[in-house]
Formats: sequence, C-alpha cells, structure tokens
Amino acid sequence: MHIATVVPISQTVGANRIVPAVAIPYPLGDPKLSREEEYKQRRKIVETALRAVSTHIDTQTVFEVK
Amino acid sequence: MEKIRVVHYINQFFGGIGGEDKAGLEPLVRTGKVGPGIALQNILGDEYEIVATIVCGDNYFVENLEKVKLELLKLIKESNPQIFFAGPAFNAGRYGVACGTICEVVQKELGIPVVTGVFSGSPAAEMFNRNLYIATTADSARGMEEAVRRMVNLGVKLLQKLPIGDPEVENYIPRGIRQNIFSEDLGAKRAVDMLVKKLNQEPFKTEYPMPSFDRVPPAHPVESLSEAVVGLTGCGGIVPKGNPDRIEASSASKYGTYEITGVANLTGEMFESAHGGYDTTYANEDPDRVLPVDVLRDMEREGKIKKLHDIFYSTVGNGTSVENAKRYGQEIAQKFKDAAVNAVMVTST
Repeated sequence: MHIATVVPISQTVGANRIVPAVAIPYPLGDPKLSREEEYKQRRKIVETALRAVSTHIDTQTVFEVK
Repeated sequence: MEKIRVVHYINQFFGGIGGEDKAGLEPLVRTGKVGPGIALQNILGDEYEIVATIVCGDNYFVENLEKVKLELLKLIKESNPQIFFAGPAFNAGRYGVACGTICEVVQKELGIPVVTGVFSGSPAAEMFNRNLYIATTADSARGMEEAVRRMVNLGVKLLQKLPIGDPEVENYIPRGIRQNIFSEDLGAKRAVDMLVKKLNQEPFKTEYPMPSFDRVPPAHPVESLSEAVVGLTGCGGIVPKGNPDRIEASSASKYGTYEITGVANLTGEMFESAHGGYDTTYANEDPDRVLPVDVLRDMEREGKIKKLHDIFYSTVGNGTSVENAKRYGQEIAQKFKDAAVNAVMVTST
C-alpha cells in the first residue's frame, strides 16, 4: 500500500492501494497536534493502510482515513 | 572504386532455412545477399556491396546469449564490414532482441555504424533504443521495403557522419536524447500556444513528454493480518543519523538498507532525513512521521500484526529518475519477498 499526500501522483505512477497522507513534510504526523493526538492520527493512517492491504480490489483504490 | 562492405544479419526464417522447426540453427555465413538482403542491396545502390549474410536461429540466439555474441562477432569480423545491418525484425520478439543484441556488440567491438529496424511496440524497441539507431517499421514483413529504406537512410547518414534529425522525421525509435536548440519564440509563448491548441482540441506537440508508467494488477489481499510480517520502505529519505551511505539529497543513485531490530520507534537522536526536496524539520524531530515504526511496533506487541520486518529500505525521491526508481523498487520488492514479508507499506513525502 502507498501512503502518499499527493494522491494523483500515486495514481499516475500506478499504485493500487492508496491511503491519503497528512502533508508532504509529515505524511504520518502533524506537529501542530499534541504527541498523543499525533500518535492517534498516525495509528489511524497505519490501520487504514493495513485495512487496504487486507481488502480485495480489482482496480486502483483510494482508502480514505476515517 | 571499391565498394563499401556491408554485412547483414537475419534469422533462420528470413534466411530461407525454415520456421520454428529450424529456430535452433547455429550461426552460419552465406556469401552475398539473402532474402531481405535483396531489397537492402537495391536500396543501398551500387556504392555498397553486401559481402556476407549471417544467419542464426532465433532460439539458438536467445538461449545461448553470451556464447552467440562471440560466435557471431567472429563471423562478422571475418568479412571486415564497414557498416552492419540487422533485420528488420518487425514485431518478432526473439528476432528483435537478437538484432538489437548483435548490433550493440558490433557497435562496441568493431566501432562501425550499425542499424536495425523493429516495430515501435516490440520489446527490442525499449531494450535497445538508448544505444542504437533503430528504424521504426510496420509490425509485419508486409512493410519490408519501407523498413529497409528507413534503415538505409540511417545507416548511410551514420557512415557519412551526416547529422540525423528528429526521430519522427528520420523514422527511428526515440533515443531519449535531448538537444538544445534555438527557438524563435520564448518558452512562455510556446506554452500558451500549446494550451490554446489544447483548448481548441487541435493537435499539439509537447516539448517534454512525461514518462509513461506501467500498470500492474493489484496483489491479492493479506488474509490474516495477525499472521502477516509487514515491511516498511519509502522515498522520504529516512536514514540513520549522519547518513552513512551518503544517499544524495536529490537524484539519489542508491537506496539504503537499515536494520531496526529492537528499535521501538525512530527517534530524532538516531535517525534523520537526507531528503533535499522538502523541509525536513518535522521528519528530523520525529522520523516516525515518515516511517511509522512506533505504531507498527505497538501493533506487533498487541498481536494485530505478526511482526514488523527488522529491515527497512529507504531512498530520496527528489528528481530521482524513473528508471532508477523502478530498479530500486524491483530490488527492494525482491528482498522483501526473499524474507517472506507479506505486506509492504510505502510512504512518500
């Protein structure tokens, strides 16, 4: 699975399971949040990515972080 | 006046020896022109003479790749050519590869002009276009005469050291070479002209073609995450502090292999980003923001995944060529596979 901020680039290069990230300099974090909040957010993204890799797909799919 | 000596390479089929049943044919030499050599000789004209035709079976060639190069080179050398032609191979896979391979060998070892011709969609077109002039041909032998004409045009120009123009004018597979030229109009005007044409749905020609990316079918899903070994890789430039492999801040020429056995999370004391294309302040503060080792270690401990693989691979994705990136990706994927990793998380900055 590809965790990427710029989803259209990920789609262009041909990733199949795509998870949108937070920002270019901190795809899995956010320095504006507290340490705990930031960890929670990172965990959500990782969990979404693991859900993506456990899901059957036939074509390129973007898995939104809930 | 002595004629210019030409040697021509063809396969067993065009050599009139046989089809698939003869594809195992070992290299042999025929004096003078054979098969497509007749058209080649006609178009080359009286100043040239095909002194020898080398014939080899397609299977023999591809199954004995290293050996056949030496065998053919010896035979070609004996005829002392001043220019070498192979094919045209049209859309034939093995034949095209044979033509491209032997042209590369002759060009390198004998230093004479070499030309072949293949269909633009054939594998050989992509394999050899950077090193050779390859005439574009039709996908079958119906296009023989035009194919040979294009090969001759390129060969004669190479021999006479005449300039060779754009691929679409001279009909060869683009070689990926960019040349500076002077233009009447500024870049801004050219860009706007292009945009206007695009908006009017008129044909226009880009000055910078984008690389084309291949597609792969999606992998099967992981059946049980709690049984899965998860690997981490990415192009955010995360490396051990001090960047021991000296991965370049842009146009990375390599990727690094880093062990994280027993590492609970990536700290700014031990790791950093070598990336030169984004503000690395936040990644250096906490590299888990790029490669989420902390979360995956926790999930490993909680039994949500079986294991976080103890090695991560990392490079800098900043002006890195598609060609290099593709190679890194293939190598890294193979290493994960060899280590029985079930799922890989790729993060991009």
